[in-house]
Amino acid sequence: MSATTTRASAPSTARGPASTPMSRMTALARAEMTLLGRNKGTLFAALFVPLVLPFSLRSASEQMDLAGAGLTVGTLILPAAIGFSLLFAVYSALVGVFVVRREELVLKRLRTGELRDGEILAGAAMPAVLSGLVQSVLLAVGCAALLDLGAPSAVHLSILGLLLGLVLCTALAAVTASFTRTGESAQVTPLPFMFVTMFGSGTVLPLELLPDRLASVCELLPLTPVITLVRGGWTGDLTGAETLGAVATAVAWTVLAVFAVRRRFRWEPRH
Amino acid sequence: MIEVTDLRRVYGGGFEAVRGIDFSVRRGEVFALLGTNGAGKTSTVELLEGLAAPAGGRVRVLGHDPYTERAAVRPRTGVMLQEGGFPSELTVAETARMWAGCVSGARPPAEVLALVGLESKLGTRVKQLSGGQRRRLDLALALLGDPEVLFLDEPSTGLDAEGRRDTWELVSALRDGGTTVLLTTHYLEEAENLADRLAIMHEGRIAVTGTPAEVTAAQPSHISFELPAGYFVGDLPPLASLGVDGHEVHDRTVRLRTRELQRAATGLLVWAGQAGVELRRLDVRSASLEEAFLSIAKEVSASPAGPPADGTASRTKKEYAA
Repeated sequence: MSATTTRASAPSTARGPASTPMSRMTALARAEMTLLGRNKGTLFAALFVPLVLPFSLRSASEQMDLAGAGLTVGTLILPAAIGFSLLFAVYSALVGVFVVRREELVLKRLRTGELRDGEILAGAAMPAVLSGLVQSVLLAVGCAALLDLGAPSAVHLSILGLLLGLVLCTALAAVTASFTRTGESAQVTPLPFMFVTMFGSGTVLPLELLPDRLASVCELLPLTPVITLVRGGWTGDLTGAETLGAVATAVAWTVLAVFAVRRRFRWEPRH
Repeated sequence: MIEVTDLRRVYGGGFEAVRGIDFSVRRGEVFALLGTNGAGKTSTVELLEGLAAPAGGRVRVLGHDPYTERAAVRPRTGVMLQEGGFPSELTVAETARMWAGCVSGARPPAEVLALVGLESKLGTRVKQLSGGQRRRLDLALALLGDPEVLFLDEPSTGLDAEGRRDTWELVSALRDGGTTVLLTTHYLEEAENLADRLAIMHEGRIAVTGTPAEVTAAQPSHISFELPAGYFVGDLPPLASLGVDGHEVHDRTVRLRTRELQRAATGLLVWAGQAGVELRRLDVRSASLEEAFLSIAKEVSASPAGPPADGTASRTKKEYAA
């Protein structure tokens, strides 16, 4: 079959360009974005909860000794809000996306094409990651305006923390999806990690307020470094060693999660 | 274009779905894998598509290993899976656009959708399509990249008679254009109509392979009729002299098996003419793929052929025989 052979049913002259990783992921992300817009339940949980929930912390904050820990209402609520955004808009939403696409055989179908495995997960995750990013920026602006938060003193730490958080939550969502069998169980399987993060990673309860020994264990949880970095960007009281430790912890969890996904991720439903 | 050598596939539970098969498909050929449900067709095709690594043996598609050299093979192949794989909330047009973005040298999606007769369904959500329309959407996406090798896993399952014929015409046209097609089917008619060569699979092995004519030629033809009142089988001319290998009688219906259909039929009809009897419900039929298929299924399960089977295999065989 030479290149000049005419195809009986293929008289077309217009041909698209060779696909690239970027073109493939963009096409997939665009479709996922459309699907996100059509799934009202996920949309509500992903967009509404993180924007509203943190402000319920405000009354609870009155019983905390914030000043003693060098914190303000603003530096309590903003990291909490970003933590909620990562948990609801990114982590929990993506567990659902990965599981439902697998059960619909979409992942298997995608794997028959030119997409590589990593591109499939990254492309499908893109809308959720973007919404988490946009939400976090809006929350930062909102908190600065409403809570008298002021400008961050080391904004690069906050940005680094947020980016690490987005990558880590995507990878952890894929790990969780590996042992989640159905769309229904995807409502439940993200909960343990979400609770642990809310109460153990300094999201709702700053580690500064915990007993030292407990706090040093909690520092090793996956999202603790993310919250620490985001908060540290505003308070500006992270030492170099603390920053390095936080980044190392987050990177270690990411590497571990990616490794687990490569080994364990299921691309097809069990029979 | 496709070469398969001693291919094996074993599932997690130890079930050996593909047990050492060999075949090759030449450029521009339509090759059909035929078999009952559970024969190992889909398990085989998934190995060719590179979705899983074989437990043993070798696969080459376009000269490459489809599993380890994915990037070299995928831009040149098109795949239609046995079922779906589309988000139910996307429309037909959105699904095609998404896939087009993932394919090198994609044809315009609208053109390919028109080719399978879905041009009036562009704005319809996938969940609202009928089973047959979903099969055609799947076929359209498999064709988007204008592949050199096309894998079709049960392409016409769920289609009505007209849709099936349309699909056959499309596949024939693609073959005439130089596309190599490997399809699985359990419709014998489909294999007979479409395939240049075929292999009948049974319990993970290839029982027979060749052109449809070669495969059916190995099978006997049949003549059946109702014995006239007052006649017995013994009143017929000596069956061996007619070239008949065997016969069965059910009530008054006689069924003769022969490899020399013309000789047997002539002998029988001349006898009937001379005896002045009418052979009611006379049916003279040359061997069909269906007979080949059924007799292979029967033979293979009855005989403990092939390498010694493991526990699972012998159990399935017993169930089959019972």
